[in-house]
Amino acid sequence: MTQKYLKLDASDVLGTAEKLHEEGYRMVQICGVTKNGYSELLYSFDKDHDLVNYKVDVPFGTSVMSITPVYWAAFVYENEIHDLFGIDFMDSKLDYKGNFFRMSAVTPWKGKDHEEGA
Amino acid sequence: MSYSTKSPWILHYDASSCNGCDIEVLACLTPLYDLERFGIINTGDPKQADLLLITGAVNDQNKGVVKQLYEQMPEPKVVVAVGICACSGGVFRECYNILGGIDTVIPVDVYVPGCAARPESIIDGVVKGLEVLENKLNKMREGTL
Amino acid sequence: MGKRTIVPFGPQHPALPEPIHLDLELEDEKVIRAIPSIGYVHRGLEKLVEKRDYEQMTYVMERVCGICSFGHSYGYTSAVEGLMGVDVPERANYLRIMFHELSRVHSHLLWLGLLADGLGFDSLFMHCWRIREKVLDVFEAITGARVIMSFCKVGGVRKDVSPDMLRMVRNVCDDVEEEVRKTSGVFMKDSSIRNRLCGTGILTREDVLDLNAVGPVARGSGVENDARTAEPMYRNLGFEAVLRDEGDCWARCIVRVDEIFQSLDLIRTAIDTIPSGEFCAVVKGPVPEGDYTFRVEQPRGEGFYYVQGNGTKNLSRARVRTPTNINIPAMVKALQGCDLQDVSMLVITIDPCISCTER
Repeated sequence: MTQKYLKLDASDVLGTAEKLHEEGYRMVQICGVTKNGYSELLYSFDKDHDLVNYKVDVPFGTSVMSITPVYWAAFVYENEIHDLFGIDFMDSKLDYKGNFFRMSAVTPWKGKDHEEGA
Repeated sequence: MSYSTKSPWILHYDASSCNGCDIEVLACLTPLYDLERFGIINTGDPKQADLLLITGAVNDQNKGVVKQLYEQMPEPKVVVAVGICACSGGVFRECYNILGGIDTVIPVDVYVPGCAARPESIIDGVVKGLEVLENKLNKMREGTL
Repeated sequence: MGKRTIVPFGPQHPALPEPIHLDLELEDEKVIRAIPSIGYVHRGLEKLVEKRDYEQMTYVMERVCGICSFGHSYGYTSAVEGLMGVDVPERANYLRIMFHELSRVHSHLLWLGLLADGLGFDSLFMHCWRIREKVLDVFEAITGARVIMSFCKVGGVRKDVSPDMLRMVRNVCDDVEEEVRKTSGVFMKDSSIRNRLCGTGILTREDVLDLNAVGPVARGSGVENDARTAEPMYRNLGFEAVLRDEGDCWARCIVRVDEIFQSLDLIRTAIDTIPSGEFCAVVKGPVPEGDYTFRVEQPRGEGFYYVQGNGTKNLSRARVRTPTNINIPAMVKALQGCDLQDVSMLVITIDPCISCTER
C-alpha cells in the first residue's frame, strides 16, 4: 500500500473536503495526535482503495471548520476529538457539545503547552 | 441445599469489558457448557437475580450503574467478578478512564481470573458463588447477617 | 399526528450484549429520529502507547475487542512492520490469513446467533453458537486460548503450525461447512425470519455511499467495499467480494452467511498452498520516525490502523478506526422511519461492537 501524506492548512479543511467529495472520495477517518503546543489532525479519504491522508496542525485554542456539511458521518470523529483533544469544530451538523464521551478526565489527549517543556 | 442455590438466577453486566469475557459468559449458556443444567438462568432483571456477574473494570460513567444494580438485588446476593479487568483492572489499569476493579465500588465475593476468563473457570466461579450464597442464606436465617 | 415521545433505549437492554444508549424520538410507533450516545466502555487504551513499547502494544491493541481481537493485532502489527520496513515471511502471512478468516467465521456465527436470539428463535441461537465452538477449539489447540490468542507479533506469528495441525484445521473447515449449510438454510427459508427481516431497515446504495458505511452493511446494499480486494495475498487466493442488492436486514444477514462459506474456502486454499519456511522475522531496534497506515477487512468491515513513530521504542500514536465507528451514522439513518419493534433488529444487523468503537 502506498502512503500519501499531504500538509494542509486548518483554514482549507472544509474546501478540500468539498473538492474530494465531488471527486467521489469516501471519508475514512479523522484522527488526532498529541503534540506539545498544538494538536495534529489526520484526515483520511479513500477512492478505489487509494488512500490520501491530510495532516493539519491545530494550535491550542483555535478551532477548525466542521466537515459535517459535506460528510455528515464525520460527526462521530469530530465529537470524539472535541472531547479528547479539546478542539472546537465550527458549524457542526450534529454537535454533542462535549457529551459524546463521558469521562472523568477533561481532554486527556491534549498535549502540554510549549512553556511546560517537551 | 436450599431452593435458591438449586436454581440461582444470574444478572450479567458489562462494565467496560472488551467483549472477550462477555462472550465467554454467554458461551457458558450454550450447549457445550450448558450452565442451565445447574438450574441457572440468565435474567435481565436485578430484582430477580441472586448472582451478579460483572465483566470489565469500573469507570466514572458506569460506577453509578453498577452500584444501582447491586442495590436493587434482594438479599442474600453474591457478586462474581469475571476476568482480570473486573478483578483489578488488568491491562487497562493504567488507562485514564479506568478506576480499577469492581471491588472499588461494591463488595466482591468471588474473583475469576483470566484474560479472557475461560468458560470452565466462569462456571467454577459461579459454583463457588453458590457456596457463598448458601452461607449467607444460613446466616440470614440465624439472624447473624 | 401523534404526540412526540422520547424513549430511551439501553444502555442495559436485553437485545444488546453491550452498552449503547439511543434516544428514540417517536411519533406513535414510528421512530422519527435516533440520537446515539456512547462512552460507557471508553477506556482510552490507545493512550497506553506512552507507557508500553511497540511490542507490548500488540497485546494491548488485541484487547480493543474480544471478538475481532485477531484482526486488531493483525492490523496493528502490519502497520508497525510497514513503518519499520520489516519483511514478513510468506508463511507467516498465510498463517495470519488463516487465523483472520477463522476469526471471521466465528464472528459471523456469533452474530447469526445473536440475530436468532433477537428474533426470539432460541434453538437457532444455540445451534449457531454450538458450531462456533468448533472454531474456538481450533484456536485453543493451536494457541492455547479461545478468544484473545496473542498469535500475532511484530515480524510474523508467535509459533509455527505443524502440518498435522493444518490438516486438523482443514477437517474442521469441512465439518463447519456442512453444519453451517444445514443451519443457514433456516435463515434463508424460514418464513417467520423472512417476515421480520425482508424489507426492514433499507439502506440504499446512495445512503451507504453518502454515510461512508463499510463492511457487510455496505456489501448488503451492493457497494463493493472490501479491503481484501486490494490485498495481493487475497487476490492470489482468488478472493471476490460477496455482494447483495436488497439493502435490507435480510441482505445483510445473507452476506454474512455467504462470507462464512467464502472464508472457509479461503482457509482451505491457504492451507493447500502454504509455503514452508520461517514464521517470524527478527525485528530489532526502535521504531523510526514517520507515519504508516494499514487497512484490514474485519468481520464487521474495514478497520483502519495508523501508527506514528518518533525514533524511540514507544510510538507517538497508535490509532485504530474500527468498522462500527463509521457504521454508526448508517445505523442512525436506517433507524429513521422504522417501527419501534424493529429497532433492536436493526441495531443487531449493523453488528455494533461498542468496545471497538470506544476503545
